[in-house]
Amino acid sequence: MDLRIDRRSVERCRDLAGAIVAPVEAFIAAHSTVSVERAVLRLLGVDGITPQEVPLPNAILDAVAPHERARGVALPFGKALAETGLEPAALGAEIAAGRCGLDQFATTPDAAARGALAGFVDRALDRIAARREERAAWLAELPQLPPPLLYVIVASGNIYEDRVAAVAAAEAGAQVIAVIRSTGQSLLDFVPFGPTTEGFGGTYATQANFAIMRAALDEASEKLGRYVMLTNYASGLCMPEIAVMAAFERLDMLLNDSMYGILFRDINMKRTFVDQHFSRTLNARAGIIINTGEDNYLTTADAVEQAPAVLASQFINEEFAHRAGLPDAQIGLGDAYEIDPDREDGFLYQVAQAQLAREIFPDAPLKYMPPTKHMTGDIFKGHLIDAMFNLTSVMTGQNIHLCGMPTEAIHTPFLGDRALSLENARYIMSTARHFGDEIALRPGGIIERRAHDVLASCEALLERVAAMGLMAAIEAALFADVSRVPEGGRGVDGVFERAADYWNPFEERRLALGRPG
Amino acid sequence: MTKLVGPFGDTRDDGKVQLSFTLPVDWSEAADEAARQLAGKMGFRDVQVVEGRPIASGFSFFVIYATTTQAVDVDGIVAPSAGAHAMSMEQIDALVHERVGRKVRVAGACIGTDAHTVGIDAILNMKGYKGDYGLERYHEFETHNLGSQVAVEELVRFTKERRIDALLASQAVTQKGSDIRNFTALSELLEAENVRDNVVLICGGPRVTNLLAGELGYDAGFGRGTLPSQVAAFIAVTLAERLRQGRPHW
Repeated sequence: MDLRIDRRSVERCRDLAGAIVAPVEAFIAAHSTVSVERAVLRLLGVDGITPQEVPLPNAILDAVAPHERARGVALPFGKALAETGLEPAALGAEIAAGRCGLDQFATTPDAAARGALAGFVDRALDRIAARREERAAWLAELPQLPPPLLYVIVASGNIYEDRVAAVAAAEAGAQVIAVIRSTGQSLLDFVPFGPTTEGFGGTYATQANFAIMRAALDEASEKLGRYVMLTNYASGLCMPEIAVMAAFERLDMLLNDSMYGILFRDINMKRTFVDQHFSRTLNARAGIIINTGEDNYLTTADAVEQAPAVLASQFINEEFAHRAGLPDAQIGLGDAYEIDPDREDGFLYQVAQAQLAREIFPDAPLKYMPPTKHMTGDIFKGHLIDAMFNLTSVMTGQNIHLCGMPTEAIHTPFLGDRALSLENARYIMSTARHFGDEIALRPGGIIERRAHDVLASCEALLERVAAMGLMAAIEAALFADVSRVPEGGRGVDGVFERAADYWNPFEERRLALGRPG
Repeated sequence: MTKLVGPFGDTRDDGKVQLSFTLPVDWSEAADEAARQLAGKMGFRDVQVVEGRPIASGFSFFVIYATTTQAVDVDGIVAPSAGAHAMSMEQIDALVHERVGRKVRVAGACIGTDAHTVGIDAILNMKGYKGDYGLERYHEFETHNLGSQVAVEELVRFTKERRIDALLASQAVTQKGSDIRNFTALSELLEAENVRDNVVLICGGPRVTNLLAGELGYDAGFGRGTLPSQVAAFIAVTLAERLRQGRPHW
């Protein structure tokens, strides 16, 4: 299949995305956030909670005076390490217990802090590298089935119940398991601690829960003879911290969108821009594939009208990702099958959009989301719509395929629902495996014209965004018809300007490596 | 004269039903027999396990056809629809203008943990549903769409602050009965805050019926396929009637 798209227009879109993101990157470089600093502490090995159940990274950062915080938490923490001779975890516990305060060591020279931290920074990077190598070894030994990788969600609220459902799904053909988070976690300005057995509409993302699920899937991978991937959700107020936890526990993918939190969770845009950048640098290091959230544009507004916005968001997400050091192979750009099933030729429009992304982002592991908006209680029709979604995915070479559930509009999936859904996908993708290679799209036909229109409209949209600037464009509701102001939204208090001598040892290491891609 | 009605397979009163379920056992012929016996215990006769297979270790899935001898008297069932008032947007605006004399303040939200706003958006958003404009388009309605995952406490606080006339709570997806719990929590909190009578309280969602709404203490419930004008008409007519009766209001 070939849509014969205007390659100059694609280049122009990429240039525009660069022009849109460059000023934001300048803003990012001049700021940090509480979650970035807490991620630094987590990287250094701080974990656990205070007797009042405050996560230690939060407790420590809250104890740093604002003027000191502007230089980064690493310096005061490093000074305390130098003076006490403690390990980061032990120092964290001392501070939490009130037996030690970071302000005691204000007069210690910065050089001592840097020296004391160097070994722990190496240790963190080695720990991440080891997880990455482990994944490579698993994949070499137990290769995955060919893409589209079938992805399903478990969401019981109880990590131990989720484990049963996840292993059952893997046996039924799932290649990627997502543990959907408890509702509202994206709005918490801390990461809960320890294994959890209660949640709302999902299970809390905690490092202990990550480890429990990873171990269960490793066991299932051995048994099935193919590596089963694990994913979770970074987007929200704690993107950098969740990126650390995911790197330490060998998650393989993370939902990580540069604008989702702003538009759909009313998180402050400055907070999100800074957080997504640092979290993505960690994802890059860890070999974690990010999944972006363009599907949200389609579920909240008309899917046919929103197609150019989806493509524009893909270009912007790609640009932000490149600037965080992510190579194309780790950028899972999103799209979804959400056109009204009553619309004549809707399938053709879906194929046009999916193929368009395939041709514009040839090396990106595209993430394709299932129909949700037009799913009803009619599970039989829903199963048919899912089949058409599955066909679109395999014929356009999508890589990460979130399986649609016949009971989408009814309840969080039953174990049997997942099995039916996976069976549907496996059947369609086997019976039509090479269909896309065998057909040519009619020049000037509906599919080709639609793709050309979407690309042209996307270019026009990016022109407008570039002319206004991204923050002003978001305020003007150019994305998803949602308006957000630069100083509004959740988490704005956690954004601060860096002092001239701000220091983040992990950022320094990444820059020293140069920017990949 | 009662008219008893049972499931129709291919012949009147043959009582044919289909069902499917998962059992937490490895598949075997004994598992098929277990599924058959289970359906028998549910009261079904002529149980045929037409499909039984493993879906994971320790889990089997079954599809069953069977017969029921049960029947119900359809004529004896009362389930009034809340969407009975067929009016156009212009007629509704005119009714509000004449009988209420000010804009009707409407708030809607997906409550609890639900993030599926398709239903509430179809009713509230300007664009509407199936060519029927949403409440935001009505001249005489001041509409607030609070979006998804709105806590019941937050919604009640908003209702009091803005003196909301009509409150729409939506629930699309459920997990172990969370939709009913959330609906109940909202009506109970409104009662506890002494503002229940000040609002026309409406629930909506794919499994909501007007009958269920009544049981939960709501004034109306709207289910699948509801048009915005049906909801708007119910609000306008109910509010106008309450004012005519001189019932307490904001």
